[in-house]
Amino acid sequence: MTPVISPFSLFFASIFTSNILLANFLGMCSFISISKDMKSSNGLGLAVTVVLTVTTGINWAVLQLLEALGLVYLRYIVFIIVIAAVVQMLEMIIDRISRPLYMSLGIFLPLITVNCAILGVSLFMEIRDYSFWQSVVFGLGSGLGWWLSILALSAIRKKLDKAPVPAGLKGAGITLITIGFMAMAFMGFSGMLQVQ
Amino acid sequence: MSDVADTRPGAILKNNLWTNNPIFMQILGICSALAVTNLLTNTAIMTLGVTLVTGFSSLTVSLLKKFIPRKVRMIVQTLIIAFYVIIVDLVLKAFLPEISKNLGPYVGLIITNCIIMGRAEAFAQSNGPVVSFWDGITSGLGYMGVLMMMAVFRELLGFGTLFGYQIMPAAFVRWTIMVMPPSAFFLLGLFIWAGKTMMRGEKT
Repeated sequence: MTPVISPFSLFFASIFTSNILLANFLGMCSFISISKDMKSSNGLGLAVTVVLTVTTGINWAVLQLLEALGLVYLRYIVFIIVIAAVVQMLEMIIDRISRPLYMSLGIFLPLITVNCAILGVSLFMEIRDYSFWQSVVFGLGSGLGWWLSILALSAIRKKLDKAPVPAGLKGAGITLITIGFMAMAFMGFSGMLQVQ
Repeated sequence: MSDVADTRPGAILKNNLWTNNPIFMQILGICSALAVTNLLTNTAIMTLGVTLVTGFSSLTVSLLKKFIPRKVRMIVQTLIIAFYVIIVDLVLKAFLPEISKNLGPYVGLIITNCIIMGRAEAFAQSNGPVVSFWDGITSGLGYMGVLMMMAVFRELLGFGTLFGYQIMPAAFVRWTIMVMPPSAFFLLGLFIWAGKTMMRGEKT
């Protein structure tokens, strides 16, 4: 169905040309609420990247198992459980390894379970029939792309706070329009690589 | 998320459709909202699915709320929602395979739609089953209303059609940008602007 894409170009494609956020609208909820603050954005971006890479890999393996058992229709439930479990485990591991990292990352981890980007990437991975390495790279690239866009948006919003915006447009309205412009800018990359 | 003190059906309807509309006021569930709105048919099917899932999962959460330990309630709610989403997915695959293919991963993503979780958490957790069901359905309808409006604009200007029927004259130049991702953000931003301004006028 899909032509085989080398992991290398898939990596760049998932950061730029098919950015998980700006082209596929995934992970919007936390994107808008967290991007008010640059430091939190950075923390959440890192957390999303780590979780995405790990869960996409694990979900790939789980999907092979489900296919072998003929239980593919259960995948939504299983994916969600895997994501929740990975988040929970990461939380415990980080707590053990590095206290400061836990303090800065800890509060974001529970938020990630309900982040649509994580589940979305797993579902894209399934629909596009990626191999294991493609899945991992796709997860990593999507995470980095998400991180990049939330950092960029939070920087823009810092300036926006001081701008005279009509009352009804304040907050979510102007943020969405800003994201629209960012999406247009990222569309400019789309000639370079094609991944669908 | 403001709590609804008034649990009469009419008040819930008005609250969820307008004053506390999930998209305008709470900016919830827009992840999947934006992706499917470039074709009216897809939007209709998708939002119908969301409405049903919200209604039934609120009903179930409300029925089971006494048996779910507080600590694990998030994951239980997610599983309940996932259960209904699987039903929607299977029904779509069986009866509307074409649309199911178009929607792709966005059917599965109904699970992480914050509206459903939000209603389960904010309303069904502390109210009776019938009222919760009604609350879920009306929230879904509020969501549907906004999305359908967006889809009308995007399909009409982007393809010159509505529900796949040619509306615009043949000489109409399509606004290709309308079917691309950025226009979804612009339109939603403008919709929120319009909605908020109208609501502001109503209050004063």
